Amino acid sequence: MSAVIENHHDDHHHGPAKGITRWLYTTNHKDIGTLYLWFSFAMFLIGGAMAMVIRAELFQPGMQIVEPEFYNQMITLHGLIMIFGGVMPAFVGLANWLVPMMIGAPDMALPRMNNLSFWILPFAFFILLSSLFMEGGAPNFGWTFYAPLSTTYAPPSVTFFIFSVHIMGASSIMGSINVVVTIMNMRAPGVDLMKMPLFVWSWLITAYLLIAVMPVLAGAVTMMLMDIHFGTSFFNAAGGGDPVLFQHIFWFFGHPEVYIMILPAFGIVSHIIETFSRKQLFGYSSMVWAMLSIAILSFVVWAHHMFTVGLPLAAEIFFMWATMLIAVPTGVKVFNWVATMFRGSLTFETPMLFAISFVVLFTIGGLSGLMLAIVPADFQYHDTYFVVAHFHYVLVPGAIFSIMAAVYYWIPKWCGNMYDERLGKLHFWLSFIGVNVTFFPQHFIGLAGMPRRYPDYSLIFADWNMVSSVGAFLFGFSQLLFLFIVIKTVMGGKKATDQVWDGAKGLEWTVASPAPYHTFSTPPKVD
Amino acid sequence: MKKDAKKTLIKLVVAVPLMFAFGFALVPLYDVFCEVTGINGKVFQSEHSEDLITDDGRTIAIQFISTNNENMPWTFKPSEQVMKIETGKYHGATFYVKNTTNRKMTAQAVPSVAPSNAAAHLKKLECFCFEQQELMPGEEALLPVKLLVSNELPSNIKNIILSYTIFDITDYDDEVLAHHQIEAE
Repeated sequence: MSAVIENHHDDHHHGPAKGITRWLYTTNHKDIGTLYLWFSFAMFLIGGAMAMVIRAELFQPGMQIVEPEFYNQMITLHGLIMIFGGVMPAFVGLANWLVPMMIGAPDMALPRMNNLSFWILPFAFFILLSSLFMEGGAPNFGWTFYAPLSTTYAPPSVTFFIFSVHIMGASSIMGSINVVVTIMNMRAPGVDLMKMPLFVWSWLITAYLLIAVMPVLAGAVTMMLMDIHFGTSFFNAAGGGDPVLFQHIFWFFGHPEVYIMILPAFGIVSHIIETFSRKQLFGYSSMVWAMLSIAILSFVVWAHHMFTVGLPLAAEIFFMWATMLIAVPTGVKVFNWVATMFRGSLTFETPMLFAISFVVLFTIGGLSGLMLAIVPADFQYHDTYFVVAHFHYVLVPGAIFSIMAAVYYWIPKWCGNMYDERLGKLHFWLSFIGVNVTFFPQHFIGLAGMPRRYPDYSLIFADWNMVSSVGAFLFGFSQLLFLFIVIKTVMGGKKATDQVWDGAKGLEWTVASPAPYHTFSTPPKVD
Repeated sequence: MKKDAKKTLIKLVVAVPLMFAFGFALVPLYDVFCEVTGINGKVFQSEHSEDLITDDGRTIAIQFISTNNENMPWTFKPSEQVMKIETGKYHGATFYVKNTTNRKMTAQAVPSVAPSNAAAHLKKLECFCFEQQELMPGEEALLPVKLLVSNELPSNIKNIILSYTIFDITDYDDEVLAHHQIEAE
C-alpha cells in the first residue's frame, strides 16, 4: 500500500496525463469524480428516454406505440438505470470531487480502488442494456424483481441482469469503503467530526448504509441465480421455499437504499441554503443527529413495502409506527432549512432555486409517504399510481434536483467558469413546472385506483394521464438544455472567483477556480 | 497508507462478507421466526399431546381448499368442502388425488392457514403435506390429515380455512428436496 502513496507523491508536480489514458488510468479524485458525473448524466438520459417511451404509451388509453412485453422491459430498465446508474453514481461523483477538498485531504484514501470502482460500472450497464437485444428481451419484472416472477417466469436474460447487479454492488461497496476510510483518517488537523461539512457527514452515513445493505442485495440476486440454475428453492414454494421471504430480503436492502439516495441530497441543500441565505446554518448538530436517526430507523421499517402480503397485525402496527417515526428527524431537517432562510439575505441564483424547490417538493413526497405508512390506507394505495407519484416526488425533485443544484453550485469551482445564469434559471423553471405537471396528477389517478405497471388503463384515467405525459415530455426535453448549459460552461464563460458565491464557506472555496489538479498536498490550517 | 487508515479498511472489508452471509442467514432465521410465532400460515408437524384434548370445546367450521400449481395436471380436491369440528378434539379429513397423466409423477402439497392468527392453534399430527406423493399413471389415492384446533383459538374466529397447493416436483433434484424436507420438519 505504501508504494501507491509514493508513486502518487511523485506525480504531484505534474498535471494530468494527456489523451484517453488520463481517464483510463487516473487515480485522481477530481478526474474520477468527473467520470462518475458524466457517466451518471449519460445514464440519466438513457433512463429518461425510456421514461419518454413509457409516457408516450400512456398518453392515451389503448395500446399505441409499444408491445406490452416491451413496456414491461422499459419500466424495469428505467427504474434500474435511474437508481443504480443515475442517482447513485452522481452522488459518488460528487463525493469524489468534494469530500477530499472539504476535509482538506490531498485525494481519496484508496485511489487505485477508486479507479476500479468507477471503471467496472460501464461494463455493468453495458451488460444490463445488452439484454434488450437478447432472445426473450430484457428483464421485464419491475425494478424490484420479485421472485418467483424473476426466477421461474423470467426471460433468459435474467442471468445477465444478476451479473450486472453484482458488478454494480461491487462498485458501490468499493466506493463506500473509500469514502469511509478517507473521512475517518484523512481529515486535516482541526476538522473534527462535529465540524465536518454536512455533505461529508451525509456521505459518511450513506457509505455505512451502502456497506451494510449492498452485500444483502448481492445475496438476494445470488439466491435467485441458484434458484434458476442450481436447483435450489429459496423462493420456490414447490421445493419448500417462500416467495414472501424474497420480499423481506429485498426490502431489507431496499429501504436503506432509498435513504442512500436522499441523505447526500440533504447534505447538498444544507450547504446551498446556508450560502444563499448568507447566514450560519440553523441547528448543525441536530442536522447530524437527524441523519443518523434516519439511517438507523431505515433498518426497521422495510416491511411497510409489504403491508398487503398478509403480515400479522402486530407486525403491521410496528412497521407503521416505526415508519411514522422517521417523519420526526425529517421534520427537524425541514424546520432547520426554513429557519436558516428565515430573515436571511436571500438571493435566488439557480442552485438556490433548485434547493428551495427541493425542500418544498421533497416535503410533498414525504407527506404522501406518511399517507402510505398508514396500514389501512395503504391497502387502498398499494401498487397504484399514488405510490408512483410518491417515490417520484422524493426522487426527481428530491434526489435529482439536489444533484442539479450541486452541479450549478460547484461547477464554477470545477471548471473555473460561471454557468449562464439566464439559461440556468430557464432550465430550473422548465424542470420545476415539468416535474409537477408530470407527477402531481399521478396522485389523483392513483387515489382513483389506477394500478401501476400496466401499459393500458381505463378510460376514466385518460385526462390526467395525458396531462402527466405532457409534463413528462417538457421535463425530459428540458434536460437537453441542462446538457447544453453544462457543456457551454465547461467550454468557457465568465471566469469564476475563488470564493465564487459571496456567502460560501468551506475549504473547497479557499482553493483556486478551477480547482488545481492537486489540492491540499499539505494540510490546510483550520481553526 | 497510515496505520489507522489500514485498520478502518480492514474492518470495512470484513464487514462486507459478513453482511453477505447475513443475507443468507435471513433464510433460516425467517423459518425459525415463522415457526416460533406461528405466523405466515405455516403449520409444522406437532407431537401428540394429551394436554390439548379437552371436553369443553366449541364448534367451529373448517373449510378445505385445494389449488393446483400451474401445469399440475392431477385431480386434487377435498373429500368434504366444509367440516364442523370441535376444538380440543382430533379430527381426520381426506383429500382425493388422481394422477391423470400417463407417466409416473411426484407431487408435494404446501399448506396455508387463514386467518393467519389461527395457524398457531392448528396442530397437525399427521399430514400428507409432510411427505411427497408418488403416483403411477392413472393411480388415485385418499390423502389423510389428522388435526386438532386448540381451545385457545381466539373466540372471534369461527371459521378456519386450510388450503393446499399441490406442486409437480417430478423433475426436481431429490437431494435438494430431501434437504428442504428436513428443514421444513
